[in-house]
Amino acid sequence: MSENIRTVKNATCTFCGCVCDDMELTVDMDEKRITKAKNACILGRAWFAEHVIENHPAAMIDGKEVSIEAAIEEAAQTLVKAKFPITYGLSDTTCEAQRQAVAITDIIHGTIDTTTSVCHGPSGLAFQGIGESTMTLGEVKNRADLVIFWGGNPAESHPRIFTRYAVTPKGMYIPNGKKDRTVVLVDVRKTPSTPVADIFLQVKPGKDFELLWALRALVKGRRIDPDIEEITGISLATLTDLVDKMKNCRYGVLFFGMGLTMTRGRHFNSGALLALATDLNEFTHFVAKPVRGHGNVTGADNVVSWQTGYPFGVNFSLGYPRFNPGEFTTADTLSRGDADAALIIASDPASNFSKAAIDHLHKIPVITLDTKQTITSKLSHVAFSTATYGINTSGTVYRMDDVPITLRPAFDSPFPTDEEILTKIKKRVHELVLAKRGSSGARGEAKVASIQSL
Amino acid sequence: MASMLRIVNGRIYDPANGIDGEVRDICIENGKIVDTVAAEAVRIDAQSMAIMPGGIDIHCHIAGPKVNLARKLQPEDHRRDPHPGTDYTRSGSGGTVPSTFATGYRYATLGYTTAMEAAVTPIGARHTLEELHDTPVIDKGFYVLLGNNIFLQNLLKEGRQEEFRHAVAWWIDSTKAYTAKLVNPGGDEPWKGNRNANVTDIDEKGSTTNLSPRQVIEAFIKTVNDLGLPHPVHIHCNNLGHSGNYKTTLETMKTAGDLRLHLAHIQFHSYGGEPGRNPDSKATEIADYINSHPNITCDVGQVMFGKATIMTADAPLAYLLRGFTKGKWVNADTECESGCGIVPFSYQEHVFIHALQWAIGLELFLLSNDPWRIMLSTDHPNGGSFMSYPKLIRLLMDKTFRKEEIAKVNQKAMDKCHLRELDREYTLNEIAIISRAAPARALGLKNKGHLGTGADADITIYDDQADRELMFSAPRYVIKSGKMIIENHEFIGDHTGRILHVEPKYDLQIAEKVRPFFEDYYSIEFDNYAVDDHYLHDHEIIPTLKQ
Amino acid sequence: MAISMILIPARSSKQGTSLNKGKLKEEYMEVTSTVEMNQDDMAILELNDGDQVKLSNNIGSTVVRCKGRKPEDLPAGMLFIAYGPPSSQLMASDTAGTGMPLSKHMQVLVEKVAA
Repeated sequence: MSENIRTVKNATCTFCGCVCDDMELTVDMDEKRITKAKNACILGRAWFAEHVIENHPAAMIDGKEVSIEAAIEEAAQTLVKAKFPITYGLSDTTCEAQRQAVAITDIIHGTIDTTTSVCHGPSGLAFQGIGESTMTLGEVKNRADLVIFWGGNPAESHPRIFTRYAVTPKGMYIPNGKKDRTVVLVDVRKTPSTPVADIFLQVKPGKDFELLWALRALVKGRRIDPDIEEITGISLATLTDLVDKMKNCRYGVLFFGMGLTMTRGRHFNSGALLALATDLNEFTHFVAKPVRGHGNVTGADNVVSWQTGYPFGVNFSLGYPRFNPGEFTTADTLSRGDADAALIIASDPASNFSKAAIDHLHKIPVITLDTKQTITSKLSHVAFSTATYGINTSGTVYRMDDVPITLRPAFDSPFPTDEEILTKIKKRVHELVLAKRGSSGARGEAKVASIQSL
Repeated sequence: MASMLRIVNGRIYDPANGIDGEVRDICIENGKIVDTVAAEAVRIDAQSMAIMPGGIDIHCHIAGPKVNLARKLQPEDHRRDPHPGTDYTRSGSGGTVPSTFATGYRYATLGYTTAMEAAVTPIGARHTLEELHDTPVIDKGFYVLLGNNIFLQNLLKEGRQEEFRHAVAWWIDSTKAYTAKLVNPGGDEPWKGNRNANVTDIDEKGSTTNLSPRQVIEAFIKTVNDLGLPHPVHIHCNNLGHSGNYKTTLETMKTAGDLRLHLAHIQFHSYGGEPGRNPDSKATEIADYINSHPNITCDVGQVMFGKATIMTADAPLAYLLRGFTKGKWVNADTECESGCGIVPFSYQEHVFIHALQWAIGLELFLLSNDPWRIMLSTDHPNGGSFMSYPKLIRLLMDKTFRKEEIAKVNQKAMDKCHLRELDREYTLNEIAIISRAAPARALGLKNKGHLGTGADADITIYDDQADRELMFSAPRYVIKSGKMIIENHEFIGDHTGRILHVEPKYDLQIAEKVRPFFEDYYSIEFDNYAVDDHYLHDHEIIPTLKQ
Repeated sequence: MAISMILIPARSSKQGTSLNKGKLKEEYMEVTSTVEMNQDDMAILELNDGDQVKLSNNIGSTVVRCKGRKPEDLPAGMLFIAYGPPSSQLMASDTAGTGMPLSKHMQVLVEKVAA
């Protein structure tokens, strides 16, 4: 460790959707590494410690190092030539970069989707049907006397949701912290989150919808048959007690995770939970919140929504945004083989998608922007190494509760930012597209300049 | 793109400078209106056209956290109304909550060049500024929600008036806002903390704050006046939508004394009857008070039949409406500051209460003695989309058309008001006032809303047509900051537009008084709360009246 | 002998920390190739901690190493794995028109792989 140390206060960790902005980073400026991250959880500490300046080329075509300019040109040409180019990822980059990605996709009449579609996309679908009674995390800290976690394991995925926001902290109307709260956990198995809960409901796999619907019925004063225990694994007595607690709390919160969205029922599960929270407002103040995975997936939802009207799975083939999950979402455009080119930003679908989707990724030209090498970047036709958001770059991110925060970087990177690369690709694809449509020359330049104001 | 323009032969409607239909030249150079330009300037022949300053929407909901929730909520609304891109312009979606690019372009299509987002939480200001940056053509600003701010209420509760003033200024300055907005002051705490209750009496003291809404309102009116902000406190009164609420509205206006106050969407606050029953129109009483109190300005919040989206910081109201629609509903609490509610909605001619609301709005316009103080709005999208402004203008200008429309609606509602008897027709001059000159004056925008030398070159040129709805829905030319955006009804250019904001003066030490409260009760770090300048991009600081 | 069980791929703390080091690195590969199994089920299949098992279904198959868990923590018939390339091999592509493949509760056949 050198003597050239810098401290960054109020830095933000973007590993998970908690987006904790109280990080105090100790940075070795000579070695370009973060040596300490005060306030970070185990995941945050790894995030800060392991993002160093890695030794790989800033730009590659087919695995060979090239200049950034050559890679931009090849990326732009690839995207413009394609008939059904897709853009995917975006949850681990800044809003400023996300806006450029939407612009590119709009210009090339492609399809844009974010990791939302394989995370809380179903909750977004449920939202479109039901709405959502929700809150910012400070309300939970200040007011929540009943906190329910459903279908998630925060101790391992979002450790500080317990300690910074929802369980331990003292709040304005919760002077004794955890002692003033009742914590409930619903899951199919015991996890390190279980000891945090006062009440643990071990639901049978695939039976969350039935359980939620039974709770809705009980809230509305309907009769539920005791065979609910056989169906869900939870006794009628337990459910009745829980409903009693829910109706009589002062401020109830339902957090929910992938246990609902990734299992049989998907958006029906999320919808049942959102509807339950809505129903409870007849009796008391009740809110719900999907627990978002990546640091800026909420930013991606917000940016794509404000620019197109829809949160994910958006297609521009007809020159305007159309939304159709199942048709335009990436799990489908890849596994069905619709996509004939892919721009993947800050994501690794070749690791985590289905076999059919992964096989197809190997067949089409892929352009990736990522900070580390991944299976996806290794198979790419054009691969950019970019700086890490929140560590090397500033920018805006949105926490899981839509609170926007500005990043404070720790040290510079020799690599360009996602925003820089995408802005250059945008300029070039716009020139190529206008040329294709016969609008080149001075008027064409004016048109390109026009779009640049955005 | 030429930076010099001369518009000739057009009839000018510039009420701020006393010009009512005269044919005169307008010269533009470097984004401003100038006395004259060189001979080689591009000429636009505006023969048989009406020229007005660009439209100014003083109260709309177009950008920020609650708008985006409402946008995400209604894919079916967008699907029916796509907004194709062009070589110059980005694509988007329409409906009552259009995507950001579509919002800017569609305002421009109507000849509007400035719009003010009416309600933004401080913690969401960054989000609003990001969305406004993606809202093209128009200049824009926003009002920051402070009426239910717990820290500020604590200061008032403790009688710390000086610190209250500095803190209000700090909040407006650090969020890059235009003025303080109050929505149902006193209503947040019962809603969040007392099982979805609400405040109904302007003098009822809150159980935790020991403050009444009136005390909060009074403190803000005085403070914003002391700070000399170009636009006064902008208030959404308590009891919006409830029968008998006109009394609350009158009391709120009385609280201002003779200090400036702007009442938002006053139509929704002009109902007679008793709580829960017998609503009728008190437009006359409300209009009378405004007519005789020059310190009061308002925008009407006209209801237009068809689809709307209720989106409001008045969360209890939204929940109540959800009880009627039994459909989708969003509620979003914002820690220590505010909240919001969203409900998709539609106003229908045959429904008694909707027809009554529609009529009351029109009455307010037609009974107004001073178009400078009762301005055009639909509280977009709460009363209807801004795309309905041309139809509203026709209703005001064309009494034959108005009578035809009156005949189509619920007649029992017409019996409860005086609309049938009102024969007044707005002139083009008066339309220019309520949609341009008056909002500019109320906002303190000296360089907007008029066509005199030194004004921003934000200009709309309409073909003068007998069908006023057609005329106002399709200007032939729209110029923004001296740049031609729409020419012969086509988009030929793009423009970013500026953020308009204020920088009131205050004691910088106040931040250190706010900090401990943050550390205890907020969930983000105090030093990450204020919005830094790079979110402003192109911007203009509007001077306070003291600078 | 093969037993049908339900596989739940999910996050784990170690998966989160190791993916920061790099997804191509050994630690991440090891974390995502370890399946947790109920100890009684392991006994039936004659498995010890660290033995190789094959998980398969009509989509594909993958070979991973097993680790035992007490029955009160992990019920019989249930498997837990940190999601990654191995678990993806078992994931169907159909999203039922939602965009979301079923990534949890996959029915798989479990059999011991001879050493």
